[in-house]
Amino acid sequence: MSLKKVHDKQPENFSFNEDSLRKADEILKRYPTENKKSAVMPLLYLAQRQNENWIPLAAMKYIANYLSMPYISVYEVATFYTMYNLAPVGKHFIQVCTTTPCLIRGADKIVKLCKEKISPNENEISKNGTCSWIEVECLGACVSAPMMQVNEDYYEDLNEKDTLKILDSLMKDKPLKPGSFRGRKNTSPEKIQSDGEKHA
Amino acid sequence: MPKISINGKEIEFEKGMTVLQACELADVEIPRFCYHEKLSIAGNCRMCLVEMEKSAKPIASCAMPATEGMKIKTNTAFVEKARKGVMEFLLANHPLDCPVCDQGGECDLQDQSLYYGVDKSRFVENKRDVKEKYMGPLIKTQMTRCIHCTRCVRFATEVAGVPEIGAIGRGENMEITTYLEKSMKSELSANVIDLCPVGALTSKPYAFEARPWELNKTETIDVMDAVGSNVRVDTYNWEVKRVLPRLNNDINEEWISDKTRYSCDGLLKQRLDIPYIKINNKLQKSNWDEAIDLIVKKIKNLESNQIAGHVGDMTNIENALGFKKLFEIFNSKNLEFREKKFYINPDEKINYIFNTSIKGIEESDLVLLVGSNPRHEATMLNARLRKTYLQKKIKIYSFGDPGDLTYPYEIIGKKTDDIKKFINMESEFSKKFLSTKKPMIIIGESALELKSGKYIFEELKNFLRINNFVNNGWNALNILVQNASTVGLTDLKIFPNQKADFSFFDKLNKKEFKFLYLLGSDNLEIKKNGEFIVYQGSHGDKGAELADIILPSAAYTEQNGLYENLEGRIQECKKASYPIGEAKEDWKIFNMIIKKYGENEKVLKFESLRKESLDNVANFSEINELPKFNLTDTNKITTEFFSEDVQIKELNYYFSNSISRASKTMSECNHIRQKIKKTGTNN
Repeated sequence: MSLKKVHDKQPENFSFNEDSLRKADEILKRYPTENKKSAVMPLLYLAQRQNENWIPLAAMKYIANYLSMPYISVYEVATFYTMYNLAPVGKHFIQVCTTTPCLIRGADKIVKLCKEKISPNENEISKNGTCSWIEVECLGACVSAPMMQVNEDYYEDLNEKDTLKILDSLMKDKPLKPGSFRGRKNTSPEKIQSDGEKHA
Repeated sequence: MPKISINGKEIEFEKGMTVLQACELADVEIPRFCYHEKLSIAGNCRMCLVEMEKSAKPIASCAMPATEGMKIKTNTAFVEKARKGVMEFLLANHPLDCPVCDQGGECDLQDQSLYYGVDKSRFVENKRDVKEKYMGPLIKTQMTRCIHCTRCVRFATEVAGVPEIGAIGRGENMEITTYLEKSMKSELSANVIDLCPVGALTSKPYAFEARPWELNKTETIDVMDAVGSNVRVDTYNWEVKRVLPRLNNDINEEWISDKTRYSCDGLLKQRLDIPYIKINNKLQKSNWDEAIDLIVKKIKNLESNQIAGHVGDMTNIENALGFKKLFEIFNSKNLEFREKKFYINPDEKINYIFNTSIKGIEESDLVLLVGSNPRHEATMLNARLRKTYLQKKIKIYSFGDPGDLTYPYEIIGKKTDDIKKFINMESEFSKKFLSTKKPMIIIGESALELKSGKYIFEELKNFLRINNFVNNGWNALNILVQNASTVGLTDLKIFPNQKADFSFFDKLNKKEFKFLYLLGSDNLEIKKNGEFIVYQGSHGDKGAELADIILPSAAYTEQNGLYENLEGRIQECKKASYPIGEAKEDWKIFNMIIKKYGENEKVLKFESLRKESLDNVANFSEINELPKFNLTDTNKITTEFFSEDVQIKELNYYFSNSISRASKTMSECNHIRQKIKKTGTNN
């Protein structure tokens, strides 16, 4: 199952809920009215958040009408960008970075744990329906490799033990606090040398 | 004018041109895939790379604006290497299945790879495979061949005005498709086949029919509507295999409508090939002698006012003149060509043509449609309206509701009272109209068909004349007729009398005619009641169904003839093929009747028919040119006003004439339009 192909089972209808509508209004204010279709990307992301992390066709149509632009244009945008999921994913959508720095620091072990704990294949929703995982390219947090992203949060400086805890918590729908798992703050260096000098 | 140096040759160019256009001025050919004169610039195929002085990298000439003092080189080893590199990338994923590809022989990629292709590929990975897409009954897809030039996407969005094609995915996974693989809801959809530089989009009805070099090409015109699009008819032996557009910037630019292109399979079906005579209420095969004998016998037994003739929608001027001469021999004046009772004033030329001209639309600053749906009645003209809307954002208004026209417009009234208010300067809109410099009014047949038809036309004309919008510089009065023959036959005065009233229809309804001669006329509504009907035409359609005698004649691709398009432009339709079976050209059939009638000295000759018909055309200037402008000071015509709805009669676009009704492709299009799903019983 690919996240970039339109899913077989589509909901009939979609419309923004009150919260999303308010946000959509705010988003529209950022663009001149004659170019309101520029808001297509944030609105698609808004729809994705509202609809359990994926965008159904009905949402694309809804957004197209909302911004008075052709369906195909919204469809083009939604299929182009990797962060839009066009098929259902878990409530906790785990993206494991497997680009070189993370891989050197043991991302393959995280992938292995995902396979064991969540589902044997990528983009497959776990049996209890809460999680799914995917391998992705660099998420720009190489300094705290290996890492993974769960929905909008980064879990950094992982090892096997911590990853296992995180995955368990996600499966139980009680996610742990995101951030560094070696206690670092803002990717600062961990050790201060005995002479008191800080090392960048 | 600024100057640019191309391969050392200095050349002047207009401001705003691109390097590629400047190169064309210097007669230097630049290879290209994505660039097309009539579409916006994409610059994504990179085939048009050229060398520019002071630039370390080659530049894409189609997207680079030309500037003063630029030095361009197109014939250096550097350029060749760059283009070869681009070509190698384009061919990396291209299947190279030319032997089984319909584009073979007229493929841009094939032609250009001859000059820039490398003899072997360094691409050892697997080629990507893309699934076929469904794009409707006209377009066959083989998307593995696609090189992503996006010409089709730009055409659909810009020219056709139905943004339904797009590129989904990205990089290696990019695919061209219609939204959810539905067929395009456009009358211009098949033009993407011509635009496609490779074999990704090819013609479905023409699939594996012939190779381009086997076909005989005839440059002719189209008669499916009154626009007179310039086309090329390709034939294999006598069979018309396909119809393609010909460039004519005054009329159809580079496009033709789907009906023009795909009605041609109707030329092979339902054809009348030998004369038929109705015996015991059943049509029986017969021969020419018998049929002509019977006709002449019938006519001689009748009084001349009991004989009537109706000329059809695709009849050329010469044949219509021959028909008129035949009726002069019968001493009958009961001639008509209109299918519906719409008002027409044949006194002067500007009364029945599209005076602004199709190209002139681009100059206008306001368009008012009166009871007309140009999208279905004259598709190419509608494309020009859309083009003008896109370029100048002109305001378009309509009396009556024509539905989706591919551009926004405002309905300013649905009743004739609104038109009256406009004419009497009682509405806001009148002032807006008068404040513009080059407005135009397009009056459709639906408006002229109303009881107030005469009022609408004469008063609008008067309104325009008073306000000086009808003159040699700008003529805002336009009539949009629907049939290819209408303007020409109005010039020939194929009417029962000078006034062009509806006496023919009245007499027809009162059953005063005992003998009705239909010349290719299938759209006339007749309730048969004892009349003797002769149908002369090419297809077994509505007319032939009623007929007592059927005379088979040639279709428009099978005889030479002149047609006058809605602008009053005379164009020649040329013979591309031969009439089927025993069918003959229309004027030859008249000659058989004339001889049998005993008027041997009045036998028609084609050359003299042509000469005489050109003499009959009012304000004629030259073949392929617009007529001269001439305004005679006619007396004011008294008109009567009726309050009624401006109903725009829906034209069944894919089934508007006997050829398109016989076409399988057209009926498939119609099925899809009406959302009738195939039941599967036909297979």
